Amino acid sequence: MKIASKVYTALVFLFLYAPIVVMIVFSFNSSSSTSVFSGFSLDWYRVLLEDEATLRSLYNTLILAVSSSLIATVLGTAAAVGIDKFKKGIPRSGVMAVTNIPMMNPEIVTGISMMLLFVFVGRLFSDDAVLGFGTLLIAHVTFNLPYIILTVLPKLRQTDRNLAEAAQDLGCKPASAFFKVVLPSIMPGIITGMIMAFTLSLDDFIISYFTSGPGFQTLPVAIFSMTKKRVKPDMYALSALIFVSILLLLILYNIAQQKSDERSKKKQ
Amino acid sequence: MEKNAIIDLKNISVTFGNNQVLKNLNLYIRDKEFITFLGPSGCGKTTTLRIIAGFIEPDEGEVIFEGKKINGVPPHKRQVNTIFQRYALFPHLNVYENVAFGLRIKKVPEKQIKETVEEMLALVNLTGFNKRNINSLSGGQQQRVAIARALAVKPRVLLLDEPLGALDLKLRKDMQVELKNIQQRLGITFIYVTHDQEEALSMSDTIVVMDGGVIQQIGTPLDIYNEPKNAFVADFIGESNILDGVMIDDCLVDFSGHRFECLDKGFGKNEAVDVVVRPEDVDVVEPEKGMLCGVVTSVTFKGVHFEIIVDIGGFKWMIQTTDYQPEGAKIGLFIEPDAIHIMKKSEYSGIYGDYSSFSEEFDELSNAEEEVEE
Amino acid sequence: MSNRSSLKTKLIASPYIVWSVLFIVAPLIFVVYYSFTDASGAFTFENIEALGKYIPTFLRSIWFGIVATIICLIIAFPLAYIISQKTEKVQRTLVMLVMLPMWMSFLIRTYSWMALLQDTGIINSFLGKIGIDPIHMINTEGAVILGMVYNFLPYMIMPIYSVMAKLDRSMVEACQDLGGNGLTVVRKCIIPMSMPGIVSGITMVFVPSVSTFYISQKLGGGSFDLIGDVIERQFQQSYNYNLGASLSLVLMVLILICMAVMNRFSGDEEGMVI
Repeated sequence: MKIASKVYTALVFLFLYAPIVVMIVFSFNSSSSTSVFSGFSLDWYRVLLEDEATLRSLYNTLILAVSSSLIATVLGTAAAVGIDKFKKGIPRSGVMAVTNIPMMNPEIVTGISMMLLFVFVGRLFSDDAVLGFGTLLIAHVTFNLPYIILTVLPKLRQTDRNLAEAAQDLGCKPASAFFKVVLPSIMPGIITGMIMAFTLSLDDFIISYFTSGPGFQTLPVAIFSMTKKRVKPDMYALSALIFVSILLLLILYNIAQQKSDERSKKKQ
Repeated sequence: MEKNAIIDLKNISVTFGNNQVLKNLNLYIRDKEFITFLGPSGCGKTTTLRIIAGFIEPDEGEVIFEGKKINGVPPHKRQVNTIFQRYALFPHLNVYENVAFGLRIKKVPEKQIKETVEEMLALVNLTGFNKRNINSLSGGQQQRVAIARALAVKPRVLLLDEPLGALDLKLRKDMQVELKNIQQRLGITFIYVTHDQEEALSMSDTIVVMDGGVIQQIGTPLDIYNEPKNAFVADFIGESNILDGVMIDDCLVDFSGHRFECLDKGFGKNEAVDVVVRPEDVDVVEPEKGMLCGVVTSVTFKGVHFEIIVDIGGFKWMIQTTDYQPEGAKIGLFIEPDAIHIMKKSEYSGIYGDYSSFSEEFDELSNAEEEVEE
Repeated sequence: MSNRSSLKTKLIASPYIVWSVLFIVAPLIFVVYYSFTDASGAFTFENIEALGKYIPTFLRSIWFGIVATIICLIIAFPLAYIISQKTEKVQRTLVMLVMLPMWMSFLIRTYSWMALLQDTGIINSFLGKIGIDPIHMINTEGAVILGMVYNFLPYMIMPIYSVMAKLDRSMVEACQDLGGNGLTVVRKCIIPMSMPGIVSGITMVFVPSVSTFYISQKLGGGSFDLIGDVIERQFQQSYNYNLGASLSLVLMVLILICMAVMNRFSGDEEGMVI
């Protein structure tokens, strides 16, 4: 039974990682094939670093992910704090139902619905194409918001209802009671939500595909147009670099987490 | 209004939705006294406390603090501080910073903060805990930090909302003594909310018994225990046998088919009344010597005494006695005149005071429900 | 009573409420609007009538979605259970490994499956070396479903795992104690208790599978058009927004119905979806 479960786990992980291994191996291919390995070289990494369009779209993606996750975090945290005070009933369940729409709806529907809005409103004001950074930012903030709200709300529910009252009781004005006491205690939820929003935004293709224009391309959209033709190993090199940096980040995060766990255990 | 009243509540009414939580409540609280709001869950005691703290605005009535009306004054401007049910300590701050919180808000100089915090931690026996994380403290220690934090800002009145509810029995008893000591040492007013009658009796100068948003009785612990005003108070505080009786004349009452001498006067002739007899005030005697006679239906050993249930003409009495009586034994009861307390009939008559359905387990169950306050 | 400052606190949700009306609700209204108008903006049922042609595509999408979801469930359930039985440290590592692929562009990962599955691809050349005739894998239904399973498997593992990790071990022990053997314990205890995770896993796999458009193009070679492909073409190639909107509207309604049915099923604990 033990062995069977180990073999099973190994097989599932083989399945999950096979294409990634292929990708990393072929990023070192000396020829431009993605299925026949003809020799080791770092050429594709050099090609990648010289490809300004790709680097540009990587930069765009990062700018978009940072700004959209920050805006969504502020807006979403405020929303969660307000919603938390809503009484159970129609107002609360109504707001929550709307919040759930972007999560439940197929991404393609979210994408095209926003595209229709942007195109329609855009036509009213100008003849130029409206799709660009602005529309992408709105779209990303919109699909990030539910994740922030749904990670912050449970944190609010977990915090002692009396915390804010205790701070006011000790002389805080209501607003400063929130910043001094409530905000620090829901901070872990806010940060989790923000990281989630950041990665979702970084990774999003479908919604970006419909809401971006030729003027501002994100990396996934750029990759899509490249995979329409034959993909060269430089894309693999890019993905391999992304993979390794995410892996490193995760390992660092885990080590940090373990250290803080040990510290809190020692304290007890 | 009393001369040395620090807080005066006048005609306070509060309604949540369709539920009237407080009905025209009037109460004054003397400076430096230990006053307890006692009652079952939903009686309005916590609401009253939150009105004094400023977290709830009454729909009607006036809240007066030292002669000044403070309706509409927000909590952070009131000279009262609260100990919350689950302490509400700030989890992101250590013990020192929690206690220093209120002083920091007031912009007290750092040196003075340090002095006050040390003083407060010493007061609650937590010297040396400064750097400790809140989550690494036991319930009792958290409780002490909460007390130190509230007292550090030197309130005129300390409000305590069931502060010992989450502690185990032994710790609760210790903390009761400690709280009383702190109150006497600092000489400030404590307003204490609890549903635990023992706690109320042992700590308070004054007890306010509440039920259904109405004050049932105000008095010293002795008054409340010995002279309950109605069947609710008699039943809620201590154990009571409550019987239907008729006042024949001053100092003469008829119940359980017998006439008893008593000390109560001033009722109308032949007025129907409620009669309270505490279980510990009944003497067990030979059947032929008793004023009343009955059969023992159950016996429970309680350590200090036996608790026996006696069936007298269908009414089950509870009696506490140090002499063992076997189940089924026929015994006589002797009741001294001063053991009998007469009360006017009230809306609570007939609901309480019969032990025919008495069971320990049931008592515990209803207590557990009370823990979940509002 | 008036609870101080609670109204003010509620008000700070208002920017979000305005935002969600403008960018969640309004776009959906536009989908409906475009569905019932033609290119000039005049009211018409044309788009709805044109949908008849796409019924087979819808059916194929739903069928592929169901198959991919079931395969994901079959693979994920045992794995989630295995992970949940490990020590905390191992659990953390394994969970990280499950999530890691999701952080990479799914376009590239799907593309690299092409390299694996092609007739002259990596798998076939490996088979050739050990003397097995090449197998035709790319551009088949199987390849499309494999792509879906591959891309959305983590979405099934994670919710099931997180429910199982929180399960009280003593509950499983109680079940064994009451005489359940291995399989009965799984059927009567573990499956019902992890039902919330299973339900959200099914949702999280089914919705993107039904509506995907990239996987079918790359691994199906264009011969297995899914509804996502058709919608995408209306917006990016033929620029028939009105038809695209009506297709999306139907897709949305279909998925809502499926979700409603799912939730009905998850209501009673015995009602497994498979």
